[in-house]
Amino acid sequence: MASGQERILRRRIRSINSTKKITRAMELIAASRIVRAQARVHAAAPYADQITQVVRDLAAAGGTASSSPFLVPRPEIRSVAHVVIAADRGLCGGYNSSVIRAAEGSMREHKALGRDYQLHVVGRKVESYFRYRSYRIDSAHTGFSDQPSYEDARAVAAAAEAAFLAEEVDLVQLVYTRFVSAGSQEVVVRPLIPLDQETFVHAERPEGVAPDYEFEPSPAAILEQLLPRYAEARVYAALLNAAASEHAARQRAMKSATDNAEDLIINLTRVMNRARQDAITTEIMEVVGGAEALRQGDSLHTSSEPPQHAA
Amino acid sequence: MPLHVEIVSPERVLYSGEGDMVVARAESGDIAFLPGHAPYIGALGVAAVRVLLPQDGEQAAAVHGGFVNVSNDRVIVLSDVAELPEQIDVERAQAAEAGAREALKADEADAGAKAALARAQVRLQVAGAAGTGGTAHH
Repeated sequence: MASGQERILRRRIRSINSTKKITRAMELIAASRIVRAQARVHAAAPYADQITQVVRDLAAAGGTASSSPFLVPRPEIRSVAHVVIAADRGLCGGYNSSVIRAAEGSMREHKALGRDYQLHVVGRKVESYFRYRSYRIDSAHTGFSDQPSYEDARAVAAAAEAAFLAEEVDLVQLVYTRFVSAGSQEVVVRPLIPLDQETFVHAERPEGVAPDYEFEPSPAAILEQLLPRYAEARVYAALLNAAASEHAARQRAMKSATDNAEDLIINLTRVMNRARQDAITTEIMEVVGGAEALRQGDSLHTSSEPPQHAA
Repeated sequence: MPLHVEIVSPERVLYSGEGDMVVARAESGDIAFLPGHAPYIGALGVAAVRVLLPQDGEQAAAVHGGFVNVSNDRVIVLSDVAELPEQIDVERAQAAEAGAREALKADEADAGAKAALARAQVRLQVAGAAGTGGTAHH
């Protein structure tokens, strides 16, 4: 019969086992999604590259191009918006908290310079973190962190853009996790608007000198339409990177949870076996002791019997 | 030498290959690009982009706004909403067309409905072109 301790251990092992099954399943799901998310990051690259190229060609051709509000850094920065991109769900290790830490750090720096802030958050976890700490949240976008579409990127970019064009903020920072490879991701803080002029102006065209372009309509008019698209493409790329990073982080977290569960099961099984062995030993001792006591009782009995018989 | 043509949407490259001629709708009207075209950057309207393939036939795509960049015999069409004929849901486009017409009957100046009508018509036109091209789509 199982002793009380053994029964308790057996129950714990069973519960850890079912937890392990869940974490293993989540690990496998995340692993399969990394591949898909990575493919989406790659599929989005040509558009981003091409649109950057067009902006470059335009900037090279039309000297007046830099008059667009998207390109001119404001002389005085009074308020800074942060677009913070992380996950809707937890169970992904330090993924959410490292993005939030980077965002808070950057916000603190700007605050030290006496600048106001705006927050545009992507992902339920980020939203609840900042809400709980009673930050002002200007826009929250949730429900798509693991599979963002271009429409989602458009909505996020539009919120930040509107604030910038209305001069509520003078700088928009993008905080997200860049997906380098399945084994390495890094949290980055990058300016979104105004666009980094360096990227356009000083970059050399791969095929040599910029050709003489015809424009229709004027370069300035095209740029005006193009730059918001460019900002959207940047946000979209950030969302896709974040999604791939989220899956990678979740896969890692779930793998270590599964490994931990395995270790726990091995240890507990060992403890349980010892407890069972102890129980068995105790039982044997009890049986042997009991038998011994009986025999002794018997021998006492038999030794006292003959006189009775004799009598 | 034929043109190298790419039709790129934010999500993926829709078409990448060669073409003898590309026809698109610029702001001032339709524009066609042949090999040797001068470098050109333009904004596109809501219309079909047609690529005439070197071996007969053509590849069409519904492009809802965007840009075209032509240089060194490379034609790159960038559009945040672009669809190939096989991706177009004909029934949905027809429903959208009917809906937009209804809305326009009620209010002729409805800009949203006008844009929706234009989009639906381009989709139907592109999907229809695929039907005559041999790949029946119904």
